[in-house]
Amino acid sequence: MSQKMLLNSKEINIILHRLACQLIENHPGFEDTVIIGIQPRGVYLAERILNILKVEYGLDAIPFGQLDITFYRDDFRRSSKPLEANKTKIDFIVEDKKVILVDDVLYTGRSIRSALTAIQSFGRPKEIELLTLIDRRFSRHLPIQPDYNGRQVDAINDEKVKVHWKENQEEDAVYLISK
Amino acid sequence: MSELSVDHLLGIKYLKPEDIDLIFKTADHFKEVINRPIKKVPSLRDITIANLFFENSTRTRLSFELAEKRLSADVINFSSASSSVKKGETLIDTVNNILAMKVDMVVMRHPNPGAGIFLSKHVDASIVNAGDGTHEHPTQALLDSYSIRERLGEVKGKKIVIVGDIMHSRVALSNIFALKLQGAEVKVCGPKTLIPKHIESLGVKVETNLIKALEWCDVANMLRVQNERMEISYFPSTREYTQQFGLNKKILDSLNKEIVVMHPGPINRGVEITSDVADSNQAIILDQVQNGVAIRMAVIYLLASKINR
Repeated sequence: MSQKMLLNSKEINIILHRLACQLIENHPGFEDTVIIGIQPRGVYLAERILNILKVEYGLDAIPFGQLDITFYRDDFRRSSKPLEANKTKIDFIVEDKKVILVDDVLYTGRSIRSALTAIQSFGRPKEIELLTLIDRRFSRHLPIQPDYNGRQVDAINDEKVKVHWKENQEEDAVYLISK
Repeated sequence: MSELSVDHLLGIKYLKPEDIDLIFKTADHFKEVINRPIKKVPSLRDITIANLFFENSTRTRLSFELAEKRLSADVINFSSASSSVKKGETLIDTVNNILAMKVDMVVMRHPNPGAGIFLSKHVDASIVNAGDGTHEHPTQALLDSYSIRERLGEVKGKKIVIVGDIMHSRVALSNIFALKLQGAEVKVCGPKTLIPKHIESLGVKVETNLIKALEWCDVANMLRVQNERMEISYFPSTREYTQQFGLNKKILDSLNKEIVVMHPGPINRGVEITSDVADSNQAIILDQVQNGVAIRMAVIYLLASKINR
C-alpha cells in the first residue's frame, strides 16, 4: 500500500477560503441559506467553512445542520458490514430555504443521492447546492455534479482518497492511497 | 460492535450486554427520526414483515406496526381470531404458508411459552418475540431499560423494584434478565402466592412489604394483575391486593425521595396504581410507549441487516 499527498495543509487552507468566497458571491447575506454537513466527514469541512465565514466576513448567523444518511442508503444489506449511524442534528425546517450540502469527497454520487432524499424529511427546500473538497470525476454512478469544488482528482477505482482533518487526525491533508 | 450476536430476538436471555448497548445506540437515532416533520426512513424498502398475533394486544401490535412502517417495510397483519388457526391449522403450517408469500421477518405473540424459539428452529425467517405466554417479552424489557436510561442517565447500579404478579408476567422475567445484564439491582414485590419459588436463583431479592420496597428503590415498575392467566384465586380480593400492593399518591409523597414510576400497560386504574400517580410527573408511562417505537425500529433494523438475500 502506498500513499501520496495530494494537498497539504496550506493548499487546503487556500481552497477553503476560495470556497467560502464563492459561497458569498452566490449567497450575499445568507438570509435564506442553510448549510448542512453530511455525517461524519462532511461536518468537519462545513465547520471550517462556517468558521471562515464567521471570523473573516462576520457572517455568524448561518443555520448549520448535521445530516446522517445511513438509513437512506441504497446499499443496506448489500455491503458486508452493517451500516452504523451517526447523529443527525437539524434544528430548523428547510422549507423554502436554499440548502448547501457539504461533503468531503464526491465519488459515485450515491451518498449525495441519499442525502437529497434525507433532506426531504425536513421540508421542501427552494434549491439545493453541493459543495465538495475533492471531486473524483470519471467515477460517478449517478448524474450528480458539485456546484462548488475544491480540487478535481483522477483516481482509479482501486485507489482511495482520504481527507485528514486536524480535529481528528492531527493534520490537514488529502492523500491518495493505492493498494 | 456494530452487529447483533443473534439472528432472532427470542428473549433477553439470549442477548449479551453489547447487544443491548447497540440496540440503545441505534434507538437513539430512531428516536430523532420519529420526532422529525417526516417520520420515515427508506431503509427496509425491500423487507416484508408479518405480524402474527395469536393473543390480544393493542400497544405492542400498534407499536410494532408503526415501527415497521417508519422503516418503510411492507407489513402484513394476522390475528388468530379471524384466521384458519380456528380451523385446526398448526403453527408451523400457518407460518410456512405465510412465508411462502416471501416474508422475511415474523413478529409473533403467542400464548404458549417458547413458541418463538420453536418457530425459529423450524422456519426460515427472522423471528421477533412479541410476548410468548408467561415466558418473555424482550422488546418491552428493552424499552423499559431504555426509558430508565433516558430518565436517570444509566441503568447500571440503579435499584429497580418490580411490583405485582411476577408469576404470570413475561414483562417481569424479561425485565429481570435485562436489568441484571446491565448491572442493576432488582427486587420483586407482591403477594407470596404470585412470586415464583426459587426466583432468587435469577439474582433478585424478594420483598413482600411494598413500602419497604419503595423506600429502597430508584424505580418502581408496577405490573398489572393478569386475571386472564389465573385459573385459581391467588389473593382474597382485588380490594385487598390494592390495599397491600397498590401505589397511590399518599404513599408516593411519603417516601423520602422521588422515585420513577413505570407501568407496561394496560393499566387497571385504581388497582395496581391510582390515576393521580399514573398521571404524575414521576410516571414515565407515556415515555415508555414512545420509546417502544424507537426500540422496535432498532431491533427490526438490526435484525434485517443480518438477513441474507
